[in-house]
Parts: sequence; C-alpha cells; structure tokens
Amino acid sequence: MSKYYLNYLDELESEAIFVLREVWAQFQNPVILFSGGKDSIVVTHLAKKAFYPSKIPFSLMHVDTGHNFPETIQFRDDLIKELGANLIVGSVQESIDEGRVAEEKGKNATRNALQITTLLDAIEANKVDCAIGGGRRDEEKARAKERFFSHRDDFGQWDPKNQRPELWNIFNGKYFEGEHFRAFPISNWTEMDVWNYIKRENLAIPSLYFAHEREVVWRQNSWIPNSEFLVLEDHEEVVTKKIRFRTLGDITITGGIESDADTLEKIADEVSTMRQTERGNRSDDKRSESAMEDRKRQGYF
Amino acid sequence: MLDNNQLLRFTTAGSVDDGKSTLIGRLLYDSKSIFEDQLESIENTSKQKGHEGVDLALFTDGLRDEREQGITIDVAYRYFTTPKRKFIIADTPGHIQYTRNMVTGASTANAALILVDARHGVIEQTRRHAFIASLLQIPHIIVCVNKMDLVDFSEEAYNNVLSQFEEFSSKLLVKDVRFIPMSALLGDNVVNRSENMSWYQGAPLLHTLETMHISSDVNKVDARFPVQTVLRPQREGFIDYRGYAGRIASGVFRRGDEVTVMPSGFTSKIKTIDFDTKELDEAFAPMSVSITLEDDIDISRGDMLVRSNNKPEPSQDVEVMLCWLNNTASKPRAKYSVFHTSNQQKAMIKDIVYKIDINTLQRKEDDGELKMNEIAKVKIRTTKPLMIDSYRENRTTGSIILVDDATNETVAAGMVV
Repeated sequence: MSKYYLNYLDELESEAIFVLREVWAQFQNPVILFSGGKDSIVVTHLAKKAFYPSKIPFSLMHVDTGHNFPETIQFRDDLIKELGANLIVGSVQESIDEGRVAEEKGKNATRNALQITTLLDAIEANKVDCAIGGGRRDEEKARAKERFFSHRDDFGQWDPKNQRPELWNIFNGKYFEGEHFRAFPISNWTEMDVWNYIKRENLAIPSLYFAHEREVVWRQNSWIPNSEFLVLEDHEEVVTKKIRFRTLGDITITGGIESDADTLEKIADEVSTMRQTERGNRSDDKRSESAMEDRKRQGYF
Repeated sequence: MLDNNQLLRFTTAGSVDDGKSTLIGRLLYDSKSIFEDQLESIENTSKQKGHEGVDLALFTDGLRDEREQGITIDVAYRYFTTPKRKFIIADTPGHIQYTRNMVTGASTANAALILVDARHGVIEQTRRHAFIASLLQIPHIIVCVNKMDLVDFSEEAYNNVLSQFEEFSSKLLVKDVRFIPMSALLGDNVVNRSENMSWYQGAPLLHTLETMHISSDVNKVDARFPVQTVLRPQREGFIDYRGYAGRIASGVFRRGDEVTVMPSGFTSKIKTIDFDTKELDEAFAPMSVSITLEDDIDISRGDMLVRSNNKPEPSQDVEVMLCWLNNTASKPRAKYSVFHTSNQQKAMIKDIVYKIDINTLQRKEDDGELKMNEIAKVKIRTTKPLMIDSYRENRTTGSIILVDDATNETVAAGMVV
C-alpha cells in the first residue's frame, strides 16, 4: 500500500461501519429495518462486515404490508437463513384486523401510510430502542435534513426543527424510557454509490431489480405491476413490457421503468445516465410537496 | 468513475441575500447533477411565483416551514459527482440564530465556501463565518465574491473585498484561503470560466474543488485508535478471537507495532489488523478495522490504542473553546456528560475564562453563563482522564460534546485548546 487516502466508496463504507458499531455500543436492543430493497440489503451487508468474525448482532425487522412482491419475501427468507439472524415481522394486516388502522379508500388507496402504526407498534412491542434504516439524504428533501442518529419522541415522532446537533463523528444516542432512535448508516450515499457498491461487493439482490418481462399498467407516468390488488380503471389496459424496478416498495405503488439492464454492470451504467430521480416512480411521494416530511414527522421510515 | 476518486466535504456559509442558494443551484445545474423531474418541479414553482426564467435557488428548498418563510432552518446535505470527485455539501443557514447549525456543518468539512456580496464587501456576517471556519479548523477556505454582475465585473470591487478580508483574517488561524470572483446567477466562474472577467487568472469554483489537495487534511502522523466495541465471536474457528473494533482517528498502524493502551498504560504488539475476512499489513485514518493484540489485556469501549512512542495527554482538566448550542444557558459549575471519541464521562464547567464577541472578534465580559450561539474559552473538569490532543493537531481526538443529563440534548461543542 503506497497511498494513504481512501477512495470515496471505501470512505463511505468505513463511515457506515463506524455508525453501525456506535449503534451496537450505545443501544440495548437495536434492529435493522429490512424491506428487501437494495438499501436495506447494503446496510445488512455492512453490518456483516462491521462485526466479522462475530455474527451479525442485530435482528432484522420487516414491516409487512401484505401487498408485497412475492420475490421480495423469498429473498428476505433466504437471506435470514444465510445470516442465521432473527426476523421480526410487523404485519399491517394484523393492525387492520385489530382495528388499529383502517384501509384507505379511493382509487389510489395504498397501505403505505398504514405502515407507520405497524412500525411503531412493532418497535414498542419488541422494546426496540434503535431502528437502523437504509434511508439516504439524496432521496428526498426531508431526508436531506436527517441526522445519523435521529431522535424520536415517545409518540415515535420526528421534530425536524428541533434536532440534536451532530458534530464531527460524535453521536449522542441518549434517550428516556419510551423514546427511541433511528440510525441511518448510509446517509451520505447516493443511488449511484449504492449500485457501485452492490456491483463491487457482488451482492445478491431481488430479481425485480433486473430487467424482466412483466404485466403492467401505465399509471401516473410509470409502469405499475399488475397484481391481485390492482383495480383497473376503464381506460387502463394491461400490457406486457420488459421492465425493471429502481426502488422496491409495496407492489401497489412501485412503478417500473422500461429497461434492458439485466446485469449489475448494465444497471450501474443505466443509473449513471438516468435523468429522473429514483423516487419519481413512487406514487407515495407524489401526493404533495411535503408528502415525505409529513409521514416522517409521524414516525415513517 | 475512477477507483481512486476521493470524497470532498464542503460547507457553505452566507445568507439568502448573498446568493448562497443560487450558487448551490448553479453548481448542481451546470455540473449536470439535477434530474429532469427536479427541474420540472422548480420550473413550475418559478412560474407560480412569477419569476422570470428558472430560479435555481429553489433546488435547495427543504422543509415546509422553510418554503413558507424562504429561509433555511437546518443543515441540509446535498450530493454531486463529477468525473474527478464525489462531493458532499453541508448547506447551512447563515442567520445568526442558527450559528449552531453552521458549526455542525463545519465540523466535518474539508472546505468552506464563504459568500460575500461584491456590492457590500466584507460585513459582520462574513467575519462571523470566517471566524467559525477557523475555529473549526476547516483546512481550506474559498471566499466566493458573488454578484460581480451587479458591479460591472469590476476588478477594483473584487480587490476591495480581498483587502478587506485579508485585513481581518490575519488574526485567524486559517491555512489556505482562496478568492474567486463570480456571478452565481449568470454562472460566471462557478463551473464555467467567466468571459466577463478576463482579468481573473485563477480557476473557476468547480475546478478548484476538484483539484485541491485534501489527502493531508486527515492527520496521518499521530496513531490513535479509539475502541468502539470488542468483538468476541466465541464460535468455531474463532474461540479465542478478541478483536478491538474501531475507526482509526488519525495516523497509521502496522502489524507488529508496539502499542500502548490508554488510560491503563499496558503495552503490547499488534498481532493482526482485520477487516471483514481480510488481514491487512497496515491501516490508516479514517479506516474502520478491528485490531488484535499479542497479549491478553483488559480493554473496553472508551479506551484508546496509540503507538507507544507518541501518546496523547491524559487529562482531567481540559481547556476548550466551547460553542453553546442549546436554548437553555449553561449554569455555573453545572455537571454534564462529556463525549470524547468513544469515551463518556461526567464533567463540570469549572470556569469561563473569557467569551468572544463573534461580531467584533474581541473578548468580552463574562456574565457567568453561556447562552445559545455564544463561544467562550472554558475550563472543564472530568471525573476520569480523557486522552486528548489539541484540536489544531487532531480534529477527532481534540473535539468533545457536552450532553445535558436532564434533557439528553447535545448542548455544547468543544475544541481542545
């Protein structure tokens, strides 16, 4: 080794590992919020590296809306088995059945906002004091203001105007009974960084990220996958297209893009020339200017 | 993107009036870092507001309150990449009541952009920003003399700002100051060279950011390794493994190095430096690794491994420049938790030596307490020794924060004198 500086990807990796180790050291019962999406896959991989040769010391928590891509659930279960980790599932369906939340009505109804209650209930029931997420500051303007260690009050709420200042790399994870933290180890990564890292580390990701043939419907400027939950409108038509997904959320809100990228190499190339933001295909963010901020204040991921 | 591309973090100081948001918008726009849907969204907003053309400042709009009031409340982070480097911008508010956010953004920055309106020259706020940048020991300062289009791109106006800045900055501790005349609104000298200022021979802003030498910004001399946690896998193949996990704060560690454990003083030799499944011959700041030693020594979180021939000063009496960040003022002889690297102790503010008026940079009378946004030199006493270096030599082992146990809030940031 002759040079004494890190390239940007190694520096981001080192920073994320530092954050994960701080979480482990400062909290009693931290979990990784695992959605099966690429960001939570990267966080899980970083946690594996951070504690090797010890086993990954965090449980994985999945908030299951019931509106999943079947591929995501399969991927989740395989990964859990490989890591030998513990899985906690918070079920939105159960929250509905118990009367904690009510299904949205109307034509663009989703279970996206319903997840907040399920997530907060699962955090409380499992006595989680820190939930580690794959949120990145480049995703969205409210997320651009997030701290690495982000405090939530005893109602699980985020107060963006009154955040604890975070200086150097000193993280203050002190809390009172009933409160908790969210931690975001890959805060400083961009979508491009995530793909370059997945490529470099050759990480397994759900097949949905690769171009594939699928039945879809054109809605709100993107290709929404056909599923049992989709209610067609009169003018809408189901067609088969070669598409892939840039982000993975509920099957009802995640739009795909037409693409031929079927390898990590091709995906990274494609992302580097993208002219649209990745959440541009997420109808949950399109509801209003402050859709993400409003949900985050209430306790969203 | 090349494999050896580095990451540069910079912070921006200046108010809305100086054109800070416009500058960031211009930098992102001209470096083609803005997506079409983002552009569409601000084109629409510009039209709604009745602006002529696209208002680039709208790219940095964040929270709802900020959009309503047209100000920045909190540090926002933005990202862009060029073929040469990846950049992280800590976009911080310039208003006086948000000094704490400026300090936050400055704490991890390699460079600070300080905006000056060419029409108004160096004003109080410029001095405040430059002072904070020097206090936080940001290695590089770029003074962006903006709105040159409003002074007819006059070299004289630019030179006036230069001499005003030089005059007061001689009192500050800054290593590298550069000046660039620009018009963020029109794009002169931001990404593209200005055709209106042929008298300026230097590089535009982006080129300056892409090429400045930053490898030396991290201390590579004093080997310091704060232990975050101990890895004891106790599984097959690793029954006796005992690895000390942490991120190297400064310097270089090599296999076989003789190290001392602080504060206990025990010495041993580095057996392995591990990262994931790999064994490394050497590792340097800011790498995250785990280190195993030849001898079994009792080491836990908060301890520090250092090279035996170069040790920090263990001390219970520490003098720091303290910036108060909380609405509740400090109480005389009040007790706080002090965080220093991975070490946490209790501490008491024993004495305020002097306060600094950050507008005049003069010392001012001490009234016994520290209020929000005030900066003072103070003496603190800790319950157990901290392994400190001076902040000037080491930004990681020379920095502390104070946490109020009654609220758990981070109330102050300190730099060891």
